[in-house]
Amino acid sequence: MPKALSENLSLYVGAAIVTTIVAFAVLSPFLSPYDVETMDMPNRFAWPSPEHWLGTDNFGRDLWTRMAEGARISVLIAVSSVAIAVVVGTLIGLIAGYFGGWTDLLIMRVVDIFLGFPPIILALAIIAALGPGALNLILALSAVFWTEYARVVRAVTLAQREIDYVAAARAIGASPVRILLIEILPNVIGPVIVLATLGLGTAIIAESGLSFLGFGVQPPTPTWGWTLAYGTRYLRTEPWLSIVSGLAIMITVLGFNLFGDGLRDKLDPRGVARRVRRNAT
Amino acid sequence: MLAYTAGRLALFVPMVVGIVVVTFVIMQLLPGDTAIILLGEDATPQMLAETRAALGLDKPWYVRLGTYFADLARGDLGRSAFLNESVANIIAPRLWATLELALVALLISVVLGMVLGVAAALWRGTLVDTFAMLFAQIGVSMPVFWLGILLMLLLAVNLGWLPAIGRGEPLSSAFGMALAGNPGPLLDSLAHLAMPALTLGLNSAAVISRLVRSAMLETLNQDFIRTAHAKGLLVGRVILVHGLRNALLPIVSVIGLRFGALLGGAVLTENIFGWPGLGQLAVSAMSQRDIPLIQGVVLCFALLFALVNLIVDLAYTVIDPRVRLD
Repeated sequence: MPKALSENLSLYVGAAIVTTIVAFAVLSPFLSPYDVETMDMPNRFAWPSPEHWLGTDNFGRDLWTRMAEGARISVLIAVSSVAIAVVVGTLIGLIAGYFGGWTDLLIMRVVDIFLGFPPIILALAIIAALGPGALNLILALSAVFWTEYARVVRAVTLAQREIDYVAAARAIGASPVRILLIEILPNVIGPVIVLATLGLGTAIIAESGLSFLGFGVQPPTPTWGWTLAYGTRYLRTEPWLSIVSGLAIMITVLGFNLFGDGLRDKLDPRGVARRVRRNAT
Repeated sequence: MLAYTAGRLALFVPMVVGIVVVTFVIMQLLPGDTAIILLGEDATPQMLAETRAALGLDKPWYVRLGTYFADLARGDLGRSAFLNESVANIIAPRLWATLELALVALLISVVLGMVLGVAAALWRGTLVDTFAMLFAQIGVSMPVFWLGILLMLLLAVNLGWLPAIGRGEPLSSAFGMALAGNPGPLLDSLAHLAMPALTLGLNSAAVISRLVRSAMLETLNQDFIRTAHAKGLLVGRVILVHGLRNALLPIVSVIGLRFGALLGGAVLTENIFGWPGLGQLAVSAMSQRDIPLIQGVVLCFALLFALVNLIVDLAYTVIDPRVRLD
């Protein structure tokens, strides 16, 4: 194997997996002849076959179609919650790192309080308060994830603001907003992209974990986590349902993790993201 | 070192206050009226008003927050509306069950993670390294609830080696019985504990093994390791005493963080294996909207988590006296 390829193997494998999952989610409604909800009781728990590529579930619904729908929900929720967390966390981190002093102290204490809750407990409490549903799930997950970006961006900004280019920008009269967004932001974006990619894997696990417990997007929406959970009712005789949905979650998470690891070698060789990262699952 | 300890303790207090306030705020957002939950939908307005007054729900929020702090200071977490028992009494035995599960899982993950990580670093680039890092990548990507169900399917449903759900005697009392000549309960406890603890610990083992590997590789490249070798010290001594001790700081820090992850993972693991701990309680309390109980459980999780982080930070100073507050 050529050296360049083997060094970045995880980047390419990860990218391939992620692309496949996204294509699966987006294209499946156009390719699959089945509807997500149509039941076919005589054909319940059918084995994989040319008609049903992944077999059928406890109501004879086509599992391939339902897994694709689950993929769309998982990926949408993961991307939205990470995107909100990235924007909020980055802005707050920039402000804390650049202004320092009391601003920094106050912000970091708030971050500490958020980090004081085990992630899933914080998410569960927020969902219990707001009620289940896709939007509240996204809010709950962003409330858990933003601290990670705030910490990393603050750490990088603290170092960057001491460098001459910032002093030069200040000397020509650039406003703090300009300095933060035009001068400093490009220098923190590398670690943030790496973190966000790894964060997508974490978000998928968190989303399906909450769905597994019944606090995710509610049935009849076929989320992976809920399919896995109700599949356990048939574990003794028909374990297929739980095995397939779990495998879907794992492959997707593996894809984002490999992609993130590969990106890290390219975008964050000094490992800023890794040092400050708190593992969220 | 004293200054560091004092400084770290001083940070702990506002954090605990903050956690209590955040918990209080979230609970205020919870829909549902405790008085209606207690009395039922057909209660008269007068009965509702009396119950609200008795519970202090008619007071403004800052009075209720003050009362909440005062109650907490006395160890009073309120009463569960559904179970008609004090929240503290419901939580206490479950707290021990969760701690038992999380600590055994932590032990599994530290031992497994250290062994794999050190082995991967020592035999870098060999099959051992590849295998260990493949394990780590899969372990990190494996959802804890799926792993639990696969283990249950294999070890309980198909092979019948281990009980699928439930908990035996608490480990501490089972140990006592074993010492008194009755090993039955201990074996039963361990059999019940094996699958949940392994499920919970494997993910952390993967994270720890990656970190140990990179920390060891970094340390083994340093001059003092070459010096130790040059002095003719035994290879094992160089690796364990000189190498591992200096690689330990990031490892201890990740172990602390992992404990938090384990508490979170316990929510899922306990619900799969019917382990009667805090995580199972959290989910059932939230499904029933038992507000005082949710509040108590969330607070208990957060305080436990904060305490572990405090202990980890203080442990740094013992391992590496160079540590300072930033």
